Amino acid sequence: MRKPLGRGLSGRGGFLVAVPMLAILAIPLIALAGASSPADIAAGARHPLFGPALWLSARSTVAALAIIVLAGTPLAWWMAGPTGRRSRIVEALVDLPIVIPPAVMGIALLQTFGQRGLFGPALSSLGIGVPFTTTAVVVAQVVVAAPFYIQAAATAFRGVDEDLLIVARTLGQSPMGAFFRVAVPLALPGMVAGAALSWARALGEFGATLIFAGNFVGVTQTMPLAIYTALESDTRVAVALALVLAAASALLLVPLRAVPTLLRGQPAARGEASRQSGRP
Amino acid sequence: MAWSVRVSVRAGSFSLDAEVRGDLDPVVLIGPNGSGKTTLLRVISGAYLPLGGRIRVGERVLYDSRDQVWLAPEERRVGYVPQGYGLFPHLTVLENVAFGRAAARVRNHRRNRRAAAAAILAEMECGDLSGRYPATLSGGEKQRVALARALLPAPDMLLLDEPLAAMDAAARRDFRAYLADHLTERKVPAIVVTHDPRDVYALGTPTVYALEGGSVAQSGPPEALSADPATDFVSEFFREDGRAGRRG
Repeated sequence: MRKPLGRGLSGRGGFLVAVPMLAILAIPLIALAGASSPADIAAGARHPLFGPALWLSARSTVAALAIIVLAGTPLAWWMAGPTGRRSRIVEALVDLPIVIPPAVMGIALLQTFGQRGLFGPALSSLGIGVPFTTTAVVVAQVVVAAPFYIQAAATAFRGVDEDLLIVARTLGQSPMGAFFRVAVPLALPGMVAGAALSWARALGEFGATLIFAGNFVGVTQTMPLAIYTALESDTRVAVALALVLAAASALLLVPLRAVPTLLRGQPAARGEASRQSGRP
Repeated sequence: MAWSVRVSVRAGSFSLDAEVRGDLDPVVLIGPNGSGKTTLLRVISGAYLPLGGRIRVGERVLYDSRDQVWLAPEERRVGYVPQGYGLFPHLTVLENVAFGRAAARVRNHRRNRRAAAAAILAEMECGDLSGRYPATLSGGEKQRVALARALLPAPDMLLLDEPLAAMDAAARRDFRAYLADHLTERKVPAIVVTHDPRDVYALGTPTVYALEGGSVAQSGPPEALSADPATDFVSEFFREDGRAGRRG
């Protein structure tokens, strides 16, 4: 593959200009990694806050991701269809949770499910209270993380050649058959990357969870909230929690980076290569 | 098997009003880019819903705006080979051909379907390609596989959108004869879109339709169009014949 030329900032001078940003991104993580001795980390992992928070984060993000993929895929498919004004409004709605601060989303969720919220009275008459429960944790994660998956999946679906779907139909597939046997396999790399990004966002969710779900050990105290709590008593625990969370998030980079390339069979990978080398 | 298509399509500023008919002999569709050739094929395949009209293949009515008949693509028994062949890149050649659900019109098992796919590939001289992925095939090979896949379910009609466009000269010559043979042998009516007058003669087609700006500008036997072209495009199309003929 040829080196892309024509980029103004290339060569040694360009690298020097790029270093400050790289440093800002990397140094805090290096500092975090170097802050604790293995003994400190072991002590942190034995702390009573650690286990419940890890377990809650694991199951709540898995539940959130499942909801995001199950409910988000049909929406993404619809968004990838013929464009119209309608679809552009929907796209803006989907993007909104990305730009709105999580704390604001937390308040919005309280206004929806809280005691005096939109559905609050109806839900409490059924004996259901959402705020300050594990359900609330999942709801907060779904709301803030779903847009990342939906946008990625919609982009991936738009990349599927319409002719392939028409051919699948003429070969006897129902719309569902064409979707599952042609559109999904071809869009899978993008969907997996989007799901990984979404999962990472759900794992890091803090603001909306704190406001909408609270900070109760074993019920709503996820890893980020446990770090916040631990910081008030024992920095070592906070650092240990932070390291585990950082490692888990970094692991999500693997599906984000590697799996899409692996999943892309020979043909698509070729297309990718030619597209990149074709760049000026 | 006689067939007839009369449809009106409106999509934004684009409009198509065309009437095309034929029987067992392949019909050739010519026309400049954007004249509505691909749209017409997609409407016949059932991918686009037209504004009005009627589509009939043999005894079956696929679409009739007056009687509110509209069959879904999977119910039409119409084979469609788009420009660029439309092979599924994530499936092998054999899986591509075995993809059809209504394959061979027998309610069939996965294994039968694969056997039928292997048989038609062998028949069409592509047996050795079975395990390969479409990206590794040449243009001519892709087109043969796409044709085999479209023919396996024994469609009542075949729609081929520029089947020879992406091939080099030698492959075109081979495939032209191959296509003509298989269409005659299998007795399946076809609409073939092409930009090359030599395809018209090779297919032995009795009728050419020239589509321009969304309507049929001229139709008839190729000799008649060539001798008395109604538009600049038709005249240009058949004039190239002479030049190209000397070359190839």
